[in-house]
Amino acid sequence: MRRSGVRARGGLTLRARRSLSAYGFIAPSVIILGVFLAWPMIWSLRTSFYEASQFAPPTFVGLGNYRKLFADATFRGDLVNTLVYAAVVTPLAVGLALVFALMLHRRLRGRSFFRAAIFLPAVLSFGVMGIAWDFVLDPNIGVLPRWLQHVGLSLGNGVNDPNWAMAYVMFVGVWKNAGFYMVMYLAGLSTIPNDFYEAAAIDGAGPWARFRHITWPLLSNTTLFVFVIAAIASLQAFDQIFVMTHGGPFFKTETLVYLVYRTGFKDFEFGYASAVAWVLVFLVFLISLVQNFYFGRRQVKY
Amino acid sequence: MVRRVGLYAGLLVAVAVIVLPVVWMVFASVKPEADITGNPAQLLPEHVTTQNYREVTRQIPFARQFLNSIIFAGGVTVFSLAFNSMCAFALARLDFPGRRALFIAIILFLMIPYQVTLIPIYQLVAKLGLMNTFPGMIIPRATNAFGIFFLRQFFLGIPRSLDEAARIDGAGDWRIYARIILPLSKPALLTIALFDFMFNWNDLLWPLIFTTSTRMETLPAGLALFMGQHVSQYGVVMAGATLTTLPIVIAFLFVQRKFIQGIATTGLK
Repeated sequence: MRRSGVRARGGLTLRARRSLSAYGFIAPSVIILGVFLAWPMIWSLRTSFYEASQFAPPTFVGLGNYRKLFADATFRGDLVNTLVYAAVVTPLAVGLALVFALMLHRRLRGRSFFRAAIFLPAVLSFGVMGIAWDFVLDPNIGVLPRWLQHVGLSLGNGVNDPNWAMAYVMFVGVWKNAGFYMVMYLAGLSTIPNDFYEAAAIDGAGPWARFRHITWPLLSNTTLFVFVIAAIASLQAFDQIFVMTHGGPFFKTETLVYLVYRTGFKDFEFGYASAVAWVLVFLVFLISLVQNFYFGRRQVKY
Repeated sequence: MVRRVGLYAGLLVAVAVIVLPVVWMVFASVKPEADITGNPAQLLPEHVTTQNYREVTRQIPFARQFLNSIIFAGGVTVFSLAFNSMCAFALARLDFPGRRALFIAIILFLMIPYQVTLIPIYQLVAKLGLMNTFPGMIIPRATNAFGIFFLRQFFLGIPRSLDEAARIDGAGDWRIYARIILPLSKPALLTIALFDFMFNWNDLLWPLIFTTSTRMETLPAGLALFMGQHVSQYGVVMAGATLTTLPIVIAFLFVQRKFIQGIATTGLK
């Protein structure tokens, strides 16, 4: 083994030379992450304490933006919208993903077709497919409301209906991500040794008992991971809302990211928008904390 | 037997709902406008027309935006593949002061919602005069924490004895990286490359912010803005949507089995 202290060419120790070589490997990433991630984060935190816009020099306002934020009914509404969206879309998408994975884990004719079809939305543009869904669900020209009429179901006035708009963008949110989470569940399922099921079958356990006592507990790590990914993604909902509702009607579907976009890039209120963004960071951070907390306590080993 | 039938029925209904917007999009793109608005319950086209395609390529600089999408998504993919794999190699295989700190930073970066960095990056890119340019769109994304983390995990699984043997034969770090680690990581590299390409090809917010001219927009952004002004031209918008979606769907169909396996087996769990 090489040791530090051995002199090599050029007067540098071998250890120093190897470090230098390693720095060459990390340099591009470190520079880019530093300039376009670490620095912007610190800068945006700083900006959130300033009244800053495109046109005027920034002035320090301390917690002023945050106070203004929580006094602002639109922000409070958007915060509630974001939390409700995440609270509905996350469990629905993850639950559906688990159901699909359980269906498609076993040997089945056409299995790879079904897997690919269910996964398909994950590779499509959320924005572009949001437009397609908008048309498919449209009360005037949409094919789905017409079909549902035949079975006596009404979808209201489409995305223009304040009572329905949120349900529409949530539905498209679930549609987009369930297939992706399914693949993660399939990976989790493939790590469960078959012997467990064979042993349970010998003991006379039915399908539900096998799921309840083998599959579900042994998938808990996957479930937790998928849940966290899904929750973080839901908190950042933007694309389908941008094309389907523009946050309307009456801000009923405006989320925090949409508010960042609107206040930051339409109104150019950089300070205010940065404060909104940091509320989002805080929410994501909370979820990551929950994950760490649970990972410490109930990691299942087998 | 009954359960089998139930299973298939469930799967078929689910797949029908999932692919409905894609099917509708393609059919609407070849329908005359009057058929779309006049007979909404009809899925299959009665009359087929190429009018919508001619119209969309006339109304937005479609070829140009297609090229923009390829340069933007392709550029980000190529750069991030190179830089992420280099950084991941150093983290997985080389010993240097600060390695632990860098890894912890990468984990932290994984949790940052990227929207929080948008305003400072926007200000920086604007100050550098890089708005509406490819460098302005590509450079901030030329590396990412997820790719580095993903590849590091994969590299850790490659037996160390391989590079130790090469080292004894006198191979340096670059040679080991290029001749041993990269060739053995093809599935992981393919998966992450597809992820990067897809994510950037499809991304809406980023190109919306860093481009202000129609000639620099990528397809999804161009289409979203076009739709904002021409909501009522359903067939035309769907022709644009079909052309935007098609390359990704074709690419996906070619690699879908490998891709899904790649996600399932290369540490993304």
